[in-house]
Amino acid sequence: MKPAIPTTRRQRSTPPAPVSSFPYHAGSLLSVLDLTVNGVSQLLIRATELDNEDPILRDHILAKRRIALLFYESSTRTRTSFELACKALGADTTLVSSLSSSIEKGESLKDTGLTLRALGAEAIILRHNSSGAAWLLEESTRLPVINAGDGMHEHPTQALLDLRTILTHLRPGLVGVAPDTLAGVTVMITGDILHSRVARSNMQLLPRVGARVLLCGPKELLPEQAARSGPGIEIERDFDAALAQSQAVMMLRIQAERLAGLQLDLDEYKANYQLTGQRLATHAPTAVVLHPGPIIRGMEITAGVADGVQSAILEQVTNGLAIRMAVMERALAAETGAPTDRSSSVGWEHGGRA
Amino acid sequence: MTALAICGGRLVDPAAGVDAAKDILLEGGRVAEIAGPGKLKHAEGADVLDAAGLVVAPGLIDIHVHLREPGQAYKETIATGTAAAAAGGFTSVAAMPNTTPVNDSPEITRWMQAPERGALVRVFPIAAATRGSKGETINDYAALKAAGAVAVTDDGRPILKDGMMRETLAAAARVGLTVIQHAEDTRMTQGASMNLGPVSFKLGLRGMPPEAESSMVERDIRLVAELRESHPHLHVAHTSTAAAIAAVRQARRIGLRVTCEVAPHHFLLTEEHVGLYNTHAKMNPPLRSAADRDAMIEAIVDGVVDAIATDHAPHAMHEKEIEFELAPNGITGLETALGLCLRWLHSEWKIPLGRVLSLLSAQPAALLGLKGRGTLTAGSFGDVVVFDPRAEWTYRATESKSKAKNTPFDGWTLLGKVRWTVSEGRVVYASA
Repeated sequence: MKPAIPTTRRQRSTPPAPVSSFPYHAGSLLSVLDLTVNGVSQLLIRATELDNEDPILRDHILAKRRIALLFYESSTRTRTSFELACKALGADTTLVSSLSSSIEKGESLKDTGLTLRALGAEAIILRHNSSGAAWLLEESTRLPVINAGDGMHEHPTQALLDLRTILTHLRPGLVGVAPDTLAGVTVMITGDILHSRVARSNMQLLPRVGARVLLCGPKELLPEQAARSGPGIEIERDFDAALAQSQAVMMLRIQAERLAGLQLDLDEYKANYQLTGQRLATHAPTAVVLHPGPIIRGMEITAGVADGVQSAILEQVTNGLAIRMAVMERALAAETGAPTDRSSSVGWEHGGRA
Repeated sequence: MTALAICGGRLVDPAAGVDAAKDILLEGGRVAEIAGPGKLKHAEGADVLDAAGLVVAPGLIDIHVHLREPGQAYKETIATGTAAAAAGGFTSVAAMPNTTPVNDSPEITRWMQAPERGALVRVFPIAAATRGSKGETINDYAALKAAGAVAVTDDGRPILKDGMMRETLAAAARVGLTVIQHAEDTRMTQGASMNLGPVSFKLGLRGMPPEAESSMVERDIRLVAELRESHPHLHVAHTSTAAAIAAVRQARRIGLRVTCEVAPHHFLLTEEHVGLYNTHAKMNPPLRSAADRDAMIEAIVDGVVDAIATDHAPHAMHEKEIEFELAPNGITGLETALGLCLRWLHSEWKIPLGRVLSLLSAQPAALLGLKGRGTLTAGSFGDVVVFDPRAEWTYRATESKSKAKNTPFDGWTLLGKVRWTVSEGRVVYASA
């Protein structure tokens, strides 16, 4: 027999939860929680303006400003998108990746960040395999740090570009957002929620603009505590039932590199959670289909759906450019933080047209 | 050595049932005389410490510290670790064996206690339960005990195999040694760096389920019950979950010799204090849920907890200034324990001063059988802490006597300032 738990307990005062000093720099974007709804709205509006701006004029916005891309994980979309966004605004960029730098020799993230700052970097875009790495880098360098994905934690610019894509389809003509913009909209996120930073950022962002987030997936990839990580988040394990309630359907890749020994029956997974043309036609014939990429065709999504009329997957990629231009402009507009040495510009790849 | 008289203070010695104005005389490293104020008969020529307005108590005893020697002197040495102990009012510390090499031999056990180590307070080594703490071969407990070991443990590398743990408990019982278990089923905590729950999910960190601790405690208690004829003593290190405490409570109810300790961070902090990846809030066992933290407080209040122990685990600055998942576990604790206990256990939660001090001296001494310590009666060791129970002060990690500064309590307001720490009759710490 289990020992009885006393029913009445004296309320005791206990030490308060810690107060965060993050972000140290007003230009940083570490988490979607760093932004107010108004801040999100401004970024979306600015993304559209920058998208429509004359490229020649746009080229002067961050002319000769120096931005470092520090990538500890491989990336196609995010890295290229950030790089092109920086260059579209005229900034100089340099790419440091873990496989061709002193990181291989054991240099710490802190020292790598300080080295980039000493070389004149005014902002650092960080992709890292460890959750929380962006916070460490910001604390160490006091530069504007843009989190381009930290471990299983967050990927804020992805959530912003997803929001822009959802707005285009479900609220056409609307550029900015308010707390009720997506009222009545259900966005479902299906798949490997546990290991997904895209899911975590979207779960924190979308409810703040009125959407209901419906998570779907097997217990191994979607623990119950996911629903307790914020307001407006629910779990529906039945894929078809979730589809029937959703206006936007976001599919996620199984992250084989993060499964850490977890055994998963992939055939069973496909049978239960693969988005097929038939399922979509039956349960969500008008929903917009999203995927942060990389997509594994034939696994979480069929080729037919990925290439189909409801798919907005490539629009997401394009929207990423606009969002990242706005994010980088914001990063370097704020003038708080450590002063940087801009005397040397040797080796920085020029963003302007030749 | 000159005799030392501590006069004018309030002597609080819970083991002796004393809480009264008393003067105390130390001579030859021992307590020579205790008398009413101004009534010492043999104090002539003695140095005098004026303890007016201060509490005089048995020197504190921490049965769970990591002094990092031999082998990791860049983190801490026996000299610096015991200097921090002295500053915190501790006169005895029991040092864990996860050194390099692991303390699994009488030679290392003696080496740790040698005068050349420069210890300011008494160091009681705890030896490894198995060779190299690998969980395969039992060490020679009689030889380790003869060399001065006060308990055995594979701390940090818990003994998972039932058979090996049973053998350890039986062998230790034969020579009268305590088995200390860091209760963690490491098969359930692979790659995890904090408590499993909504906070770990939100932070994208792999979590350690509370069951990793409680299932191991329950397993160990089953083994103690099986071996009850040979009277093994199981001590559960740094208990952190409500379920583990419940198991200990139940074991005691049926008369098993099972004791437990709780660290200040586990009765004060929760997983929320990890904040945004603060590596000074990363330790093992991790900071748990608010319900678990509350269970620690209740267990201290109702007497299930036998000792407050700090799990002082110093690390170099550069080791903690890295990615949360990669940073080593552990925080320092020797200098903050008394001030946190007085501020929270005593002042805030109204546990009588004598009981708080007992958890920090008399009970840990009894638990490990440290004879003549944890009390101040004629003939016992001259281990004394003298502190101002009303002084509020702010802890500054940069001023620590420890080599390490990895504490979540930097900048915290503590209650009770150590004025002097006396180890076997010598003043080893005096505050400015």
